[in-house]
Amino acid sequence: MKQSFDRGDGKLVLAHILFAFGALLIGGIAGMLQGMVRGGMMTLPGNIGYYELLTAHGVLMALIFTTYFIIGFLYSGVSQTLGGSLLPVARKLGWAGYYVMSIGTVIGVVVILLGKASVLYTFYAPMKASPWFYIALALVVIGSWLSGFGVFYQYRKWRKSNNGKISPLFAYMSVVTMLMWQIATIGVAIEVVVQLIPWSFGWVETVNVVLSRTLFWYFGHPLVYFWLLPAYICWYVVIPKIIGGRIFSDSLARLSFILFLLFSIPVGFHHQLMEPGISGFWKFLQVVLTFMVIIPSLMTAFSMFATFEMNGRAKGATGLFGWVKVLPWKDVRFFAPFMGMLVFIPAGAGGIINASNQMNAVVHNTLWVTGHFHLTVATSVALTFFGIIYWLIPVVTGRVLTPKMNRLGIIQTLIWCVGMLFMSGSMHTVGLMGDPRRTAYTTYDDHPDAVLWMPYHVAMAIGGMILFVGVILIVYNVVALMRAPKGETEYPIGEVSEAAEQTPRFLERWSVWIGIAVVLILFAYTIPLIDMLRNTVTSPGYVTW
Amino acid sequence: MHLHRLEKIWLSIGVSMLVIFLIVIGTMAFSMGMTPPSEHHHTIDPTKVTETAPFDKPAMTQIEDMHYEAVLVAYAFGYDPQTLEVPVGSTVDFKVTSSDVVHGFEIVGTNVNMMIEPGEVSHVSHTFDKPGEYLILCNEYCGTGHEFMKTTIVVK
Amino acid sequence: MPELRPQIGQNTQTSNEAAKETKEEPALKGTFVSVMLLGAFIAVSWFGVFALFVARN
Repeated sequence: MKQSFDRGDGKLVLAHILFAFGALLIGGIAGMLQGMVRGGMMTLPGNIGYYELLTAHGVLMALIFTTYFIIGFLYSGVSQTLGGSLLPVARKLGWAGYYVMSIGTVIGVVVILLGKASVLYTFYAPMKASPWFYIALALVVIGSWLSGFGVFYQYRKWRKSNNGKISPLFAYMSVVTMLMWQIATIGVAIEVVVQLIPWSFGWVETVNVVLSRTLFWYFGHPLVYFWLLPAYICWYVVIPKIIGGRIFSDSLARLSFILFLLFSIPVGFHHQLMEPGISGFWKFLQVVLTFMVIIPSLMTAFSMFATFEMNGRAKGATGLFGWVKVLPWKDVRFFAPFMGMLVFIPAGAGGIINASNQMNAVVHNTLWVTGHFHLTVATSVALTFFGIIYWLIPVVTGRVLTPKMNRLGIIQTLIWCVGMLFMSGSMHTVGLMGDPRRTAYTTYDDHPDAVLWMPYHVAMAIGGMILFVGVILIVYNVVALMRAPKGETEYPIGEVSEAAEQTPRFLERWSVWIGIAVVLILFAYTIPLIDMLRNTVTSPGYVTW
Repeated sequence: MHLHRLEKIWLSIGVSMLVIFLIVIGTMAFSMGMTPPSEHHHTIDPTKVTETAPFDKPAMTQIEDMHYEAVLVAYAFGYDPQTLEVPVGSTVDFKVTSSDVVHGFEIVGTNVNMMIEPGEVSHVSHTFDKPGEYLILCNEYCGTGHEFMKTTIVVK
Repeated sequence: MPELRPQIGQNTQTSNEAAKETKEEPALKGTFVSVMLLGAFIAVSWFGVFALFVARN
């Protein structure tokens, strides 16, 4: 069982992780500056625009950091659990994806910093960025597809040579994650390639705005699940091993992932509730589907607590909450993801509020929403990813985590939580007071309502500065882990509890699940799309920055 | 698939809670008229906004007692007309479109919060029960001057 | 860093016994109370914002 991680695969994994943390560093600088500008603490030099920084921050954090880390992490687990090394084809696809994405990222960042694409990472038409910005995005998406194909290839070959065996949980979850990603990115790919690139080059005059936004959000919501599912993989598969326990239930873990595959895509309208051009019936229908995707998270909450409690009881803990005490609080590999799980409680509650049809009017486009996704992706997901590096880098480089590094990791986690408490806490509060997101420093001519928001902006800036210290420390930790003492670290893959039932085979019948996913998507989108195409109104492009 | 007895109870309670949320918002939306804004398609040629009625003369007009219609054009970076005024207790039907990029239309302290998109007319109504100078702002990034895009509605 | 390594060998035995004692249903009272608190948190937040929505209408 104990064998060292394939060195060649390790290089691929490490390349992704280092790129991710490079993006985090640059994105973090942009983020801190934004916070300080909005808090009224500084003004930017004339040649740097607030919205340029905001675009860079969003693209680097939400698209680049996450995608690179996720692909690196999934490849590591696929290599580990599906045969101990990547097949040559899978590894080549992994590298091809890496290079294509990297070319895209470099082009994109250059275009953004040149001020040719201050359109934010949602790039809503008819704001017209340089065509190279859209080409850059297309390259990132195409690269991620190649990486996804590598995962599918390895999985298919493994299943062929292990006839009749249920696939390892990690690999199964990786396949679901990449499958969801492939289905979801089709929307943004059509938007970028069919609508935006020809329009931005001037080959066509105008663009259908409502359609472009709908295609974007068809992708935009599963995008957030693309961030979340790898964190769930860590919670379901890795955390039980790290705490010295067992996976509560293999079949329920798979079932929750299948539910994510089915219900995370046909729900994009809950980002468009306040928009014209979509009828109230179809908005509400997608709200109902959005509520379906909450169910697997309710299941996950139960599974996590159950894993902890069963482990605690096995170690002799008694009473209702005795198991809490025996959790390995001083192990960063547990502590960082655990804090992520804890933060997911308010994050999830906020998400339910956002999706509640007309109630969205209270929070839509306010700082509440920014606060919300700084809890979901920038805390729950990010802290889980941070927690992963303390074992993943040692595993792939043949090193060990030292107690000193472990302590720095705990400190980094605490800094992150405190920073986020300040920043996201004030964003949520001031958002409920109506303060808009994505807006540079302004008091709206000292309007009394807007003046009340200012103290919260200062708290946000303080939070942002604390978080920047957290960014510096995590980047230091990544570098230090690469120089940690040589040794063998085991890849932590949890085993399933004896009390759990056998995993039923139907969970691996992909044609059925993909079929249902497609039917749900067609159900939720066909009629609204026909309506949008029939009432075609197109708009010329504008450069307003 | 086997579920632990307590997990079954938890999921029943959790799902019931979600169903209650949906019933509450669904009832309000479909039988009390508290829907999200801009229910139906109402299109306009975005390049001819200034020539298309009623947006050729954006203004606040009285339809009947305590009932007004506000026709506004959102542009980078402001709203036309500049001044809006109604008596306390008035209901205002807002009709807003954009003459360039996507904008937001939010009245701070109310539930008026909607997207304004070129080619579409957005609709929302609100009754102003309290006097004051309400801040109307653009909450969707629209370019360099986005943070200056605002107006007010005076209720007295 | 041995203090970070879970002692799996020691635990398997006890977890086997625990599984045998309760047969199919392990004791998960603490889990149940935890998720119920989570549910209560969701309900309170939701109705809080709902109240704000109604008040502003």
